[in-house]
Amino acid sequence: MALTLSEDQLLLRETAQTFLADNSPVKRMRDLRDENDATGFTRALWKEMADLGWVGILLSEEHGGSEMGLAELGVVLLECGRVLAPEPLLSSVLLGGNAVRLSGNEALQKDVLPALATGDRLLAMALEESGRFAPYATLTTAKESGGSYTIDGTKRYVLDGHVADQIVVVARTSGSAGDRDGLALLLVDANAAGVSIERTSMIDGRNAAHVKLEGVEVGADRLLGNADLLDSVLDQATAALAAEMLGTTEEAFERTLAYLKDREQFGVKIGTFQALKHRAGEMFAELEFARSIMLDALSAVDEGRDDAPQAVSAAKAQCSKAARLIGAEAIQMHGGTGMTDEEDIGLFFKRLKAAEVSLGDATYHQRRFASLQGY
Amino acid sequence: MADLEAFKEEVRAFIAEHCPQELRVGNRMDIPGELLGPWVKALADRGWITPDWPTEYGGGGLDRKATAALRAELKAVRAPIISSFGTSMLGPTLLEYGTEEQKKKHLIPISKHSIRWCQGFSEPGSGSDLASLQCRAERDGDEFVITGQKIWTTGADRADWIFCLVRTDFDAPKHEGISFVLFPMNQPGVEVAPLQLIDGTAHFSQVFFDGARGSVDDLVGPANGGWTVAKKLLQHERSTDGSSDGGIGGSAKETIVDFVKREVGMEDGVLADPTIRERLAAQEIDKRCLGLTMRRAAEEARAGQINRDISSIGKFRWANMVKNEQDIAMDAAGTQGLGWEGAGFEANQLERTRKWLITRADSIWGGTNEIQLNVIAKRVLGLPE
Ligand SMILES: Cc1cc2nc3c(=O)[nH]c(=O)nc-3n(C[C@H](O)[C@H](O)[C@H](O)COP(=O)(O)OP(=O)(O)OC[C@H]3O[C@@H](n4cnc5c(N)ncnc54)[C@H](O)[C@@H]3O)c2cc1C
Repeated sequence: MALTLSEDQLLLRETAQTFLADNSPVKRMRDLRDENDATGFTRALWKEMADLGWVGILLSEEHGGSEMGLAELGVVLLECGRVLAPEPLLSSVLLGGNAVRLSGNEALQKDVLPALATGDRLLAMALEESGRFAPYATLTTAKESGGSYTIDGTKRYVLDGHVADQIVVVARTSGSAGDRDGLALLLVDANAAGVSIERTSMIDGRNAAHVKLEGVEVGADRLLGNADLLDSVLDQATAALAAEMLGTTEEAFERTLAYLKDREQFGVKIGTFQALKHRAGEMFAELEFARSIMLDALSAVDEGRDDAPQAVSAAKAQCSKAARLIGAEAIQMHGGTGMTDEEDIGLFFKRLKAAEVSLGDATYHQRRFASLQGY
Repeated sequence: MADLEAFKEEVRAFIAEHCPQELRVGNRMDIPGELLGPWVKALADRGWITPDWPTEYGGGGLDRKATAALRAELKAVRAPIISSFGTSMLGPTLLEYGTEEQKKKHLIPISKHSIRWCQGFSEPGSGSDLASLQCRAERDGDEFVITGQKIWTTGADRADWIFCLVRTDFDAPKHEGISFVLFPMNQPGVEVAPLQLIDGTAHFSQVFFDGARGSVDDLVGPANGGWTVAKKLLQHERSTDGSSDGGIGGSAKETIVDFVKREVGMEDGVLADPTIRERLAAQEIDKRCLGLTMRRAAEEARAGQINRDISSIGKFRWANMVKNEQDIAMDAAGTQGLGWEGAGFEANQLERTRKWLITRADSIWGGTNEIQLNVIAKRVLGLPE
């Protein structure tokens, strides 16, 4: 397990940096937000990202991918995080797409994954039902009869659910809320009868949707897997989100550091003040802890380590902690400027909050870590 | 004591008569004018917008106990308390430093809530280092001519008048060349450009002065002696009774405890999430500590038992408390706290999210936490610089 980037990964990072510098300044995200853009990201850019091979990094060659690992996708996501690129890598590739990829359903893989890799099809995953992350709490039901499932329920915070062509719905075939047994992941077409999608407007300018499923029928051939699949998908997505939010955290940190070196009060740079210097040091430490444990989580998943779930939860807990500290300090150290919408630091602050909460906050992952460790 | 009881009865009767149920929502910004107007007038007629000011300046002439009783009664029913830059900052400062003429001219409209004020202190280059300000005023007969820029001026786009710090002597050391002036906002030499905040509102503005004019009669304190007046005003700005009431931007519809209970849910009579529960309790204990400490500060001052000025810790601990409270609310709401507007979220959730955003400013305005702590270290604890 390496905690540094390989030659190939360095090259990938350079490509990503150049591409994003040319095509995705923070202003692009700001403009999309200000225009209240119906898609919420840039389709043409998504297509280019697909052409660069980013969308298919995890996919097999047979499905149009390059069969690299989460570590490589993490490299790209980190750079996307630095510029707040809102393209749906997390939702489409790591949640919806990965549920298909990691399933045993070859027919669906053949149908879905090549179209995903080219950027022509968008996926999402409908899991959460309340504001508080609890993956097994699903109440949405999938009743099986005569070779098909009928799905009923309401899903919240479906990332990019407003543009997805297909949605992986987590539903319950048996048991009750909180039971791990009885969960099923089913692939539902967004335009199927009984599906209604309500786009929601979020603080980070990204998009999510509430999805209502009323008597939605899908064939048994749309079954992807059970809670084991859900766990694998969530572990990979969470590790990837940790990488993305690390990029955002790092950029917020760098911008704040630059401000400390630039802004003058009392005739000196404010970075001269020990009260701020020490806190910058603390921020740096949290950030670098986060980077180490995030890199460990990515390789734990890629190497199929037994303790990958622990590594992932540890990473998300630490990345959330660092994001919270650095987001708060970034605003405080920018003073009045930090409170203005005009200054980009607020965009970072809001995105960090959303990332912190997405797929489980620090408390959730600390608890999960403890459970996995047996205490 | 019997008098005080009678007074409380009087207040309750007043509230029953003038404060309809739909108005009992705390200090909210969105109360419709037709509801708020009559309430403001009823309060003003009794002098109860500024209950402790002398009656000749529009106040209620109440002593400390009666003032406290009035506030407590109003708070108990969540009646809106009319507080403004005029009532909480400029008024008390003028009572101390204003001329008789200035008091008559400015305090009465403040006590009637008929003139709105804004605070022109900060400039782009002068925030924490306020005394480095560059906005200038030059004497021209009976007038001052003001040129320069202010920033982060809350309410400037709605204000009738501004209290403003200007440099009147460029050769003197920075604290000794500043004057405290009052002048109207609605005049040709004043331009206001609202700035949007991270919560989507535009409460504050950039203000540009290009030959704006004020009367020398509205100079508060001596020329070049404005820093002393400003410091006093900042003390009023930083004072707190320790109640959070939602921080900057006023009350939320629901108390923090009710909000958290609803978001997290209750199981067997306790909050379903133990971490949130412990944090909320710690927060509520902190709030009590602050309230009691601020009360003790006032009582010690009256009893002449001041050892160290404990009121100095109020502003930064209040700010931390308000921010922490909103952080807990956000954690309780989870992804339902991430909504910006529109469908999919309850009004209470959207309100909380915006409050969480705007209260980030509570540790910045009125002197940042860092500045408060520097002041405490130096002035209260006597630590060497
Ligand atoms: C919502 C809001 C409303 C406001 N309303 C008004 C208003 O109505 N009128 C008005 O005049 N002003 C207003 N202000 C301005 C406010 O007073 C200033 O923002 C504040 O004093 C900080 O100044 P600054 O923004 O220039 O930050 P800076 O002074 O540049 O500070 C940047 C950072 O450096 C830190 N720092 C600075 N000096 C030191 C030091 N010596 N030691 C340690 N750390 C230090 C600060 O604490 C801060 O974290 C408002 C601000 C906000 C956010």
